[in-house]
Amino acid sequence: MAVGRPLDLEGGALAIDVLIAEDEPSILESLDFILRRAGWSVQSVSDGEAALHGVRTLEPRVLVLDVMLPRRSGFDVLKVLRNDPETRDLPILILTAKGQQQDRQTAEDLGANAFVTKPYANADVVGAVRQLLTDHAGTS
Amino acid sequence: MLSADVVIATGVAYVGVLFVIAYLGDRQTRNNAGSFLRSPAIYTLSISVYCTSWTFYGAVGNAARNGLEFLTIYLGPTIVFVGWWFLLRKLVYVSRSQAITSIADLLSSRFGKSSRLAVLVTLIAVIGITPYIALQLKAITSSIQAVAASGEGARGSLAGVDDGALALGVAAGMALFTIFFGTRNVDANEQHHGVVAAIAFEAVVKLAALLAVGIFVTFGLGGGFEAIYQKAAAAGVEVHAQGNFGPRWIAMIILSAAAIVCLPRQFQITVVESAGPDHLRTAGWAFPAYLLLMSVFTMPIALYGMSTMPPGSNPDMFVLTLPLSAGQSALALLAFIGGFSSATSMIIVASIALSIMVSNHIIMPIILRSSGPGTRNGQGLTRLLLMSRRLSIMLILSLGFLYFRLTGETDALAPIGLISFAGVAQFLPPMLAGLYWRDATLKGVAAGILVGFAVWAWTMLLPSFETVSSTVARIMANGPWGIRFLRPEHMFGLNDLDPLVHSVFWSLLLNSAFLVIGSLFTTQSPLERIQATLFVDIFRRREPLRRSFVQGGATANDLYFVAERVLGANRATSLFEAAAREQGGDAAGLELTSDLIGRLERELAGSIGAASAHVMVSKVVAGADVSLEEMMQMAGETQQVIEYSQELEKTSEALRLTALKLEAANAQLRELDSQKDEFLSQVSHEVRTPMTSIRSFSEILSDPGSLDERQRQHFASTIHQESLRLTKLLDEILDLGTLERGERPWQSAPIDAEAVLDRALAVCDVLFRQKQMKLEFGERARPTVVEGDADRLSQVFINLLSNAVKYNDAAEPVLRISSFTRAGSYVVDIADNGPGIAKADRALIFEKFARGRQGLAGQGGAGLGLAISRQIVTAMGGTLDLVPGPLRGACFRLRLPVVRRVS
Repeated sequence: MAVGRPLDLEGGALAIDVLIAEDEPSILESLDFILRRAGWSVQSVSDGEAALHGVRTLEPRVLVLDVMLPRRSGFDVLKVLRNDPETRDLPILILTAKGQQQDRQTAEDLGANAFVTKPYANADVVGAVRQLLTDHAGTS
Repeated sequence: MLSADVVIATGVAYVGVLFVIAYLGDRQTRNNAGSFLRSPAIYTLSISVYCTSWTFYGAVGNAARNGLEFLTIYLGPTIVFVGWWFLLRKLVYVSRSQAITSIADLLSSRFGKSSRLAVLVTLIAVIGITPYIALQLKAITSSIQAVAASGEGARGSLAGVDDGALALGVAAGMALFTIFFGTRNVDANEQHHGVVAAIAFEAVVKLAALLAVGIFVTFGLGGGFEAIYQKAAAAGVEVHAQGNFGPRWIAMIILSAAAIVCLPRQFQITVVESAGPDHLRTAGWAFPAYLLLMSVFTMPIALYGMSTMPPGSNPDMFVLTLPLSAGQSALALLAFIGGFSSATSMIIVASIALSIMVSNHIIMPIILRSSGPGTRNGQGLTRLLLMSRRLSIMLILSLGFLYFRLTGETDALAPIGLISFAGVAQFLPPMLAGLYWRDATLKGVAAGILVGFAVWAWTMLLPSFETVSSTVARIMANGPWGIRFLRPEHMFGLNDLDPLVHSVFWSLLLNSAFLVIGSLFTTQSPLERIQATLFVDIFRRREPLRRSFVQGGATANDLYFVAERVLGANRATSLFEAAAREQGGDAAGLELTSDLIGRLERELAGSIGAASAHVMVSKVVAGADVSLEEMMQMAGETQQVIEYSQELEKTSEALRLTALKLEAANAQLRELDSQKDEFLSQVSHEVRTPMTSIRSFSEILSDPGSLDERQRQHFASTIHQESLRLTKLLDEILDLGTLERGERPWQSAPIDAEAVLDRALAVCDVLFRQKQMKLEFGERARPTVVEGDADRLSQVFINLLSNAVKYNDAAEPVLRISSFTRAGSYVVDIADNGPGIAKADRALIFEKFARGRQGLAGQGGAGLGLAISRQIVTAMGGTLDLVPGPLRGACFRLRLPVVRRVS
């Protein structure tokens, strides 16, 4: 809440704090609830293509990205975003239900900023998002 | 007055003369190859070694006892020599081309260079000749005794010396003499030119002596042939009564014909010492002429002796006793020297021939086999060879003496000689077969010789002990163990034959029979076959058959060493230098051709016999170089190796297949392992998904402050649904596990598939209505019975129907269902107008946890439904596939075997 950012009136666009890319409806619902409750503005998409599109149109300050997404996997999305100068520095939190070391490694190699395993503690997700917002506050 | 001392001294002096002749003869031939000593005349004279003291003294005795029968002993050789072109020529040709050293060598060489056959022949020859040697000892002893008995004081220093001691002395003297004579050196071809010269000299001496006695008796004493015959007739001497031509004559002609080639000493002189087949042309008429001269006065002497000598006189000694009684000391001494000459020549040549056989075929092979090449130097080997020959000579003379002692003074000279003749006659069938019958085999010949020898030993040798052994006498009378048809002189009930005829008949018959039958029923070794061709076809093949040697690692040096050991340094060097000249190089760089090896083996064979030479050369060159025999053996082994390696190949092929299978199994295992990992990972994911919601919402609910009642209700219901989903997931995983293991967690029963489909459609009716799905029905089957479980089949239908609903994003969703029976199958098609299955996913759609990638998000379900459905259908004996459908979406086709149709 302390770091909560009001609507960016100057940019004209409806900039948001967090974009969630998650295909499981109930998980999406829980994420949406806890992040909103933490005071951020939240939007969500449920597949990889929509995530890329959402990043460009909604310009979120943080992307919460599930690995297992229809159409385009989370890693795929991550790779595209990191190769794009515009989104190269976007803070990204990777969510995975597999939770194996290899996934974490892949995520780090591809340039993810944070990594949370399902099932998660709500506080971990909120903490990670807050950390990313704080760390990148100056750069935006 | 002639005394024993004088004759003994004369004998010793005579031997000294012989020795000088032999020595000079050796020297002369060494310096001059084409000397007089190598002439046909000398050759012919040396062949007269055939005429031993048996002929010299015994022929008269024989004539006195059996009339003209004594002539048979000359008739056989005469036939052979007159017909020299038939047998002797071939024999000499073959023996020279093969460097044959003895009759044992001949037979061994012909039958595959068999050392065993050589040993057998050698042993038989030694045993067979023993009586003959005894005969010579007896003749010399008797002649000295005859002189000693001729008058008072004639005994001289022989007073108190009996026959046995005298014979022992004679034997020892002979042994010594022969050793000096015959074993001074080892010659390449076992030719003893000095000895031949001495023998030729002796031939002249004995002929001259006999003729002198004959002329003296016939013309000096008897007054001519006519007078002697008349006088004999007047005295009532009738010698022709027993001497009629009959079986005994035939047997003796056969025996003497055999003896002239089979007796070791005759073989030695006629074949081994032969300067070449050309000499045979002369010998062909000259030797029979010599025999005629030897026999011309036999009858007159016998008749005159019988009519004038006191009754009881030994007719065997008439040649000596007639001049003695006439007071002709000088003539008697000449007669004695003639007889002595006959005996010594026989003993010398026979023991040289036998000693060569014994040392070459028995002693040397043993030494060669027990010592490796290179353990002895050349000098040592030569000395060894000479030593073994000297030992053999002593052994042979000892045996002769022993036989002389054992048989006592029972018999006349002639029968003893005949025993030997019959013994060596056993070599005649194998020799003839070897020269003329290409298919004669080693086994057949060996069997024939063995049997012939055994029969001879039983029917002739054994009976000669009759008078000195009561056991032998008993066997003679009653047969062994009372078996009468095995009586030595009446075998198989043949009673009416003369013992000699009887023995010759049985031994040669069985010998030949075994030879022929054995040869027909056994096969030749490769080497035997080659030798057979070399022997039988000697005149057909001018070029000697090349022995195949495979060049190996042996060097010319190795072989030179062997050659030096046996042939001596000079001969070996000249041999190798000649070979080097032929090759156009120097001896150092001599190439070891098979030609050279073959020549060397022949040269060695000339010294130590074919079998030993073969062993020796093979042994040196072996390991690297191989003779044909070994080649064949190797070929056999190679065949075995090939078979073995083929087996190995098969085995390794099997191994390879096994390895492939293992590899495949391993890959499968790894695949399964990674599938298991993948599966666990999938399960983990599928479990974590509902768990995530459950955890997250329960955390939210545990902080109730910020929630309103509606939210709380909603979150609690989500938790509930997710836990149900979790349970269902676990159920499905277990179910799939069961099905995949091939188990069927249901009892199969005949069910109406059509009714089950209708029930599933009814269950899904709610879903259809929610989605406003339009149902179309195609053809519908009549009630059809399949084998299975109604609930499980229903589960499959519901899964397919709900999938069709769940993934259909069409604006106007349509579901088309049709069912029919075709070719014994009940078929249901469930098609929709949804997005269909992407090509890439079609192969995966029935895999566990597979969900169409194009599938919409948030459809729940772990992707196990289709996998489980297919497993169920498979367990019921049917199939579940994706087929091209009538609508644009997917079309699933279920097929089950029809049990029967419900009417």
